Amino acid sequence: MSLTQTEAFQRIATIRERSVIALKESKETGLKVAGTYCQYSPAELIVAAGAAAVSLCGTSQTPIPAAEKVLPRNLCPLIKSSYGFAVTDTCPFLYFADLLVAETTCDGKKKMYELLGQIKPLHLMQLPQVQNETALDSWILELKRLKERLEESFGVEITSERLRDAIRLLNEERRSLKELMDMCRLKPSPISGMELLTVLHNTGFNIDRRDNIALMDQLTAELRRRAAAGISPFTEATPRVLLSGVPVGIGSDKVVKLVEECGGSVVGFENCTGYKKLDPVDEAGDPLVAVAERYLRVPCSCMSPNPGRFELVKRLVEEFQVDGVIDLTWQGCHTFNIESHALKQFVQEQLSRPFLQIETDYSESDTEQLKVRIEAFLEILARPR
Amino acid sequence: MVSVGIDIGSTATKAVVFDGGVRGRAVVPTGWEPREAALSALRDALLQAGIAEGQVGGIVGTGYGRISLPIFDRRVTEITCHARGAHHLCPATRTVIDIGGQDSKVIALDEGGMVSDFIMNDKCAAGTGRFLQVMAGVLDETLDGLGSLAAGAEPVSLSSMCAVFAESEIIGLLAKGLEKERIAAGILDTIARRVQGLAGRIALRDTVTFTGGTANNPAICRVIAAHLGVKLHVPEDPQFVGALGAALIAAD
Repeated sequence: MSLTQTEAFQRIATIRERSVIALKESKETGLKVAGTYCQYSPAELIVAAGAAAVSLCGTSQTPIPAAEKVLPRNLCPLIKSSYGFAVTDTCPFLYFADLLVAETTCDGKKKMYELLGQIKPLHLMQLPQVQNETALDSWILELKRLKERLEESFGVEITSERLRDAIRLLNEERRSLKELMDMCRLKPSPISGMELLTVLHNTGFNIDRRDNIALMDQLTAELRRRAAAGISPFTEATPRVLLSGVPVGIGSDKVVKLVEECGGSVVGFENCTGYKKLDPVDEAGDPLVAVAERYLRVPCSCMSPNPGRFELVKRLVEEFQVDGVIDLTWQGCHTFNIESHALKQFVQEQLSRPFLQIETDYSESDTEQLKVRIEAFLEILARPR
Repeated sequence: MVSVGIDIGSTATKAVVFDGGVRGRAVVPTGWEPREAALSALRDALLQAGIAEGQVGGIVGTGYGRISLPIFDRRVTEITCHARGAHHLCPATRTVIDIGGQDSKVIALDEGGMVSDFIMNDKCAAGTGRFLQVMAGVLDETLDGLGSLAAGAEPVSLSSMCAVFAESEIIGLLAKGLEKERIAAGILDTIARRVQGLAGRIALRDTVTFTGGTANNPAICRVIAAHLGVKLHVPEDPQFVGALGAALIAAD
């Protein structure tokens, strides 16, 4: 039986559909919902407000033409897709959201949020672009501002106790997700990159965090059994790729698909839809400060400088026995596209691994061209080092 | 062992029969049927070599059409094949520049001749053989004619790298009465600037070998070498380097 046919995977594969039904029912009995787009959104505050924090759609090409009636065509597809879902009202999670929580990450996003705020109630957090003490102080104030907005909008009080409970719950979810992702350390990995991406993508839409934890633990147990029995979609010789760069999800997964169709194994996602999610919140000390510290640490290219990303890439390359790094950057994403140059030097010179940058969008128009690059890259990786 | 490499490019399909040395080769236009082109290039090359198909020990396919044939024992990308072919012809090669019909690439080789890095142009026709073909067409010239026309002329500066916009720009310049020679020189300049842009992303180490059919044109070689500030090594019959590399890989 293939992994996708197992009960745990089947349930994960249908999270989105089940979550939409659960959302509809829970909304009727008074559940409040806050939608988020980004790893910088402190979900703990939303959960502590008794509300559901759900990811919003932004990984499909479908609504992009609608977005391009307003947004420039040469903008990053993630921003266009997110906005397109809103103007066409085709994302059920956005539909059910009472409030959107957004941050001033890159220029494209913050200006898009000005437009999105005209469609839906939106709380914009002013994210500092540097990770130091001064930035932390202002970020703590921003978290307090969000806390007040949530309390006011949802008519609740976010006590320290409730915030601590939310921190513990979300840390537990991170523990579960980390154990699952760490199965890819095995050579060969018992789970494909596309299967792992399905888990990463779908669990973000689940309003029931405990259900997420149970399903992921169940899948990890299944993967342990498979690894022990020597079952894997790959062999020892399959080139192992770390995917770095921009967020990816189902619908914007073409590079992951191509790498695996061309004979590679994506063993890690060093991006904010992957391993960057796993950094836990410190459970000791002031909970609001701990949440602020954790979220300001996210090593996104909108930070300057952004040393955390290089450290994380180094760690993952070593721990996941990575043969080569692919840096996926969306067209029009200036911060990741520029940072790619420094990352290339770092990976080639410090880590002695081959590096490939791929700049593309959500459309299928460059599939053949990408195939040549990816196959040639895998030909380099397949050689004995 | 007799091996064959077939390089199915967007414009031309090349076949090389190898047995310790090149025994036969052929080039045919790819046209709209890459499978037929590959089979026809294979037949012609075997005929030239005087070798029957049954004697062939291995066939490697490369180029954009590499997906389409069941006769291939293996398929290898043109990146790896061009590097292998260039290194075979000139073991000092550390950089390969290839201008193909629908893409151009710069490949870095390590001391052993293995690919260590590569860069390809974006998904449009800027800086490719197709760009040259279209522009030559606007001037009603062949590629060779474009080269001789450009020789010695002061290049006009073309701002468009895009094949569609550059065409309109040239039509505009012709309407203004600008000399054909200066426009021809400007077209070559545009290609060279595009290659220069690509090459800037990879350390160019000597020897730089220039492959692909475009390298047959001495005027283009001169302009690119001048822009990059390097000496270009152009192998004999640069068009066959990818197919030769494929044949060498098939012999492994």
